[in-house]
Amino acid sequence: MKFNLAGQFYDDIFRKISTVMALLIIGLVIGIFITLVIESWPSIKAFGLRFIWTTTWDPVSREFGALPFLVGTLLTSFLALIIATPFALAGAIFLGEIAPPRLANPISFIMELLAGIPSVIYGLWALFYLVPIVRWLEIKFGAPPFGLGMFTASLVLAIMILPYALSVARDVIKLVPQDIKEAAYGLGATRWETILHVIVPYARSGIFAGIVLALGRALGETMAVTMVIGNRSAMPHSIWDLGNTMASVIANEFTEATEDVHLAALVEIGLLLFVITVIVNLIARLIIIRLKVK
Amino acid sequence: MSLERLPIIFRTEDLCAYYEDFMAIKHINIKIPQKQVTALMGPSGCGKTTFIRCLNRLHELTPGARITGSIYLRDQNILQLDPIVVRRRVGMVFQRPNPFPTMTIYENVLAGYKLLGIRLPRNEADEIAEWALRKAALWEEVKDILHRRGTFLSGGQQQRLCIARALAVKPEVLLMDEPTSALDPKSSLQIENLIVELKETVTIVIVTHNMPQAGRISDFTAFFYLGELVEFGPTAELFTNPKDPRTEEYLTGKFS
Repeated sequence: MKFNLAGQFYDDIFRKISTVMALLIIGLVIGIFITLVIESWPSIKAFGLRFIWTTTWDPVSREFGALPFLVGTLLTSFLALIIATPFALAGAIFLGEIAPPRLANPISFIMELLAGIPSVIYGLWALFYLVPIVRWLEIKFGAPPFGLGMFTASLVLAIMILPYALSVARDVIKLVPQDIKEAAYGLGATRWETILHVIVPYARSGIFAGIVLALGRALGETMAVTMVIGNRSAMPHSIWDLGNTMASVIANEFTEATEDVHLAALVEIGLLLFVITVIVNLIARLIIIRLKVK
Repeated sequence: MSLERLPIIFRTEDLCAYYEDFMAIKHINIKIPQKQVTALMGPSGCGKTTFIRCLNRLHELTPGARITGSIYLRDQNILQLDPIVVRRRVGMVFQRPNPFPTMTIYENVLAGYKLLGIRLPRNEADEIAEWALRKAALWEEVKDILHRRGTFLSGGQQQRLCIARALAVKPEVLLMDEPTSALDPKSSLQIENLIVELKETVTIVIVTHNMPQAGRISDFTAFFYLGELVEFGPTAELFTNPKDPRTEEYLTGKFS
């Protein structure tokens, strides 16, 4: 009886601690949101909604519009996603369904290492190896040969988010039940036909979830992007242009901003990025629920 | 009914199947008659499922699995054919109902065509779907909900859907691996009745460890024990007058 009581006591403590921890997370999110709103208030007051759709970013004349960065973030992220998705899908199918464990396990391990490399190292690597390649491409296409720019940033992002999309997709492909694969083989389907018509449709919601996770990371990625995007605060006209993302402009200008309204404008960009990330995740959740195999 | 007078559809010669170094079935020689129900019986681990999975070369999908000997399907050694071709001619129904969860009932029935990239004209597709569902005794229950997901059906209905899916590609043989073991008694009985009707259309080879079931539905019974084919003959004969003591012991429940 005594033992039981002690058990109940610890049970109770444990429940209380975990409840507090869970509430703390919600508090943290709300706290960050409130801080961003307070700190960006001078900018919100000065520019209102105009902040979102004007394109002039001029600290000297104290005119701030965030559209170039919004475009920069969305363009580089989605371009990165378009580049990374086919590789992620192919890799996930290979590691989850085709490769024997002897081969799949070491490759998966190395891929997870890839996800752990600090962003600044990707940035350095991109400066030395991707920039010359992009410059060569730009000469081929008759674009100004900066080497840096939106396209280079998208390439780095694509490489950085690939392990995320790939490992989630691989895990869900591995979870496809053996018996429906056998049903397909039993009907005379080849491995390719089974993958195309049975495995991928079954795993589609998880594959999409992995892509969204990758997108979330691409939207917020700062260091590597700041190093290769060219840091030009004007509306980009093509993917070869120099540009800035929301994250890169904050990283780039925050230490130099002396005017209060400049600082507030940068924080407001942070607030926008926060809101966009939340919206993207909400939409993705809805799509994942709709795609789910019942 | 004697085995000698019936046309033979499957004949194995010295068939052995392995998982890595383990020999799961040993030197099987059997002749399976056409358009009859042949039951494979025996205790768990006796090799009956391995044997049936050799007949459509599904055994080879397991890593480390291999087959020696020969299996003749109408005098063609299927071990020398493309497994894809073999599996089109020899359909299979599994232990657990496994309709494709991403497909509707209609799509499930025609999955054999879709998977292989065969496009049927609309009316022909409708005809095949109705024919297969009628053969599987499911048509009346699903004709108004053809475009709902297959997994929405009850377990017994799902299994009949899987039978329809296998029949739709018009196989010569239908292999069934304990098709009623995951079902309730009423659904099991429906499937049993269906099997008896289906032998007009297709040869059936069924694995079961349910002795009364084998007695009710099969024309011939093979008794497997420890990877060997112990005895094979007309069901009535094998049940009433087993020649091998091991068969008799199994039938009288001395081991299971």
